Amino acid sequence: MNEAVVQVEHLRKEFNGTVAVADVSFNVRHGEIVGVLGPNGAGKTTTIQVLLRLTTPTSGAVRVFGKDLERHRCEILQRCNFCSAYTALPANLRVRENLRVTGGLYGVKDLPGKMDRLLELFEITHLKNKVTGQLSSGESTRVNLCKSLLNDPELLMLDEPTASLDPNIADKVRKLLRRIQREQGITMIYTSHNMRDVEEVCDRVLFLHKGGIIAEGTPQAVIAQFNHKTLEEVFISVARSGDLLAEATE
Amino acid sequence: MRWHRIQALVLRYTYLYTRSVPRVTEILFWPLMDLLVWGYVSVYLHRVGGVSGAANAFMFLLGAMIFWDILYRAQQGVTLSFLEDVWSRNLLNVFVAPVRVSEFVLTTFIVGFFRIAVTIGVLAGLAYALYSFNIFSLGMSLVPFFANLLLMGWALGMVTTSLIMRWGQGAEALAWGVPFLIQPVAAVFYPLDVLPGWLQPVALSIPATHVFEGMRQVLRGEGVSAASLAAAFALNAVYLVAAALFFRYMFTVARRKGLLAKLGTQ
Repeated sequence: MNEAVVQVEHLRKEFNGTVAVADVSFNVRHGEIVGVLGPNGAGKTTTIQVLLRLTTPTSGAVRVFGKDLERHRCEILQRCNFCSAYTALPANLRVRENLRVTGGLYGVKDLPGKMDRLLELFEITHLKNKVTGQLSSGESTRVNLCKSLLNDPELLMLDEPTASLDPNIADKVRKLLRRIQREQGITMIYTSHNMRDVEEVCDRVLFLHKGGIIAEGTPQAVIAQFNHKTLEEVFISVARSGDLLAEATE
Repeated sequence: MRWHRIQALVLRYTYLYTRSVPRVTEILFWPLMDLLVWGYVSVYLHRVGGVSGAANAFMFLLGAMIFWDILYRAQQGVTLSFLEDVWSRNLLNVFVAPVRVSEFVLTTFIVGFFRIAVTIGVLAGLAYALYSFNIFSLGMSLVPFFANLLLMGWALGMVTTSLIMRWGQGAEALAWGVPFLIQPVAAVFYPLDVLPGWLQPVALSIPATHVFEGMRQVLRGEGVSAASLAAAFALNAVYLVAAALFFRYMFTVARRKGLLAKLGTQ
C-alpha cells in the first residue's frame, strides 16, 4: 500500500522563459487519491501534462510505477488513463463506437462486457447507441469517465471531472470514484476548483502556488495549517495573497 | 508497433468518414469538379486544335488531373486525419493512450490510401464514361506511378502536419496549400521542357515530375523510362526519411513547448 506509484523530483517547466512549475517534488502512493490544487496559473495543469508525457519537463525526474517516464512512455501509459473536462470524444461517433475505439487502443479484453459493466455503473446504459455530440455535458462527462476506466487503469488522472455536472450528478460521480478506488485500489490524481470535491474525495492534497508546492497533507491538515475552516477559504486566501489580487484588479 | 492500436485508429477514422455526409462528399466533390472542368477544357482543346497534338493534350490533361489527385489526396489523408483529431478535441485522448507516433502516422497513411482508392476509382470510372479516357491504358506502369505519388503525398503530409503541430490551428490552411507550392514546378500539366532551363533541375528533384513526365511518355506510346522511375523512387526514399525526421523533431518541439496539449484543448 505504501509504495510510490508516482515519484516527481525537482520538476521544473519553463515556457519561453516563463516558469510554469518552479521546483516541485512529490510522491503518490499506491491506492491514494491525491488532489492537486491551486489558483489559475499555479502549475497544476502543466504538472498533469508532464505526468501524461504531453509536455516534457525542462528539468527534473518523473518515475511512474518505478520506471522512467521518458524511456517507458508506452508501457506506463498502458497502465494509466485520463479524464478531463477539457477534452472530448469525437462528437459524430456513437457512445459504444467511441468506447470500442478506446478499448482497441488499450487492447482491452472482453471489451463488450467491460463496456456494459461501466455504462451500468455510471447509469448511462441507455446512452450506448446515442451520438456522443448529442449528449448533455453531464452525460458526456460520465461517458468520458467510462472511457477512462476501460483499461482498468492503475493510475487515473482526473482533470476537473465534475466541472460541468449539476450537484446531484457531481455527488454521484464523487461517490462512484471513491467506491471504484476502494474496490479496485486505483491510484488517482485529481485536479479541481471545487474544494468540496477535493475535501470529499481526496486523501491528501498538494497545494500549488506560482509553480511551487506551498502546502501538502490531508485536507484537514492543510485547512488547519492555514487556520481556516474550509479548503475553499484556504484557496481564496492563497489566491488573493501576493500580487495575484493586484494583477486581477489592474 | 502494435497492430491492435493501428486497427483501433483506423476504425475511428472509418466511423468518422462513414458517419458524416460532408466528409464523404468532400472526398468526391472536388475531384469530381476538377474532372468535369479539366475534362471539358480538354474536349474543347481537342475540337479547336484540329491538329494531331491536340489528341495527346486531351489525354495528358485528363491523366495529369487524375494523377495530381493521387498526390493531393495522399497528402490530405495524413494532414486531415491529424486535423480531425484537433477539431474534435480528441488529440489528447489519442496521445495519452499508449499510441506511438509511428503508429499514428502509419494509420494516417492507411486512411489516406483508402481515401485515394475511393476517389481514383470514381474518377477513373467517370473519365471513361464521360470522355472515353481509360487511365488503365497505362498498363502496369500505373503501379509504380501510383506508388511514387502516394509516397510523395505521404512525405508532404508529414511536413504539413508538422507545421500545423508547431504553429497551431492558425496554420491549418497549409493543409490545402502546401501541395500547390510544388504544382507549378512539378510539370503536372505541361512537359518539363516548358519550364525555363534554370528551373528544370529543381523540377527534376521532385519525384512527381518523373511520374508526370513518365505518364506522358507512356501515353505517347514510348514506354516507361526505368531510369526516371528509379530516380523518383530514390528521391521519395530520401524525402520520406527527411519528412519522418522532421515530423519527429517537430513532435518533440511541440511537446517541449506544450503545444500538443494546447492543440488538443483549443
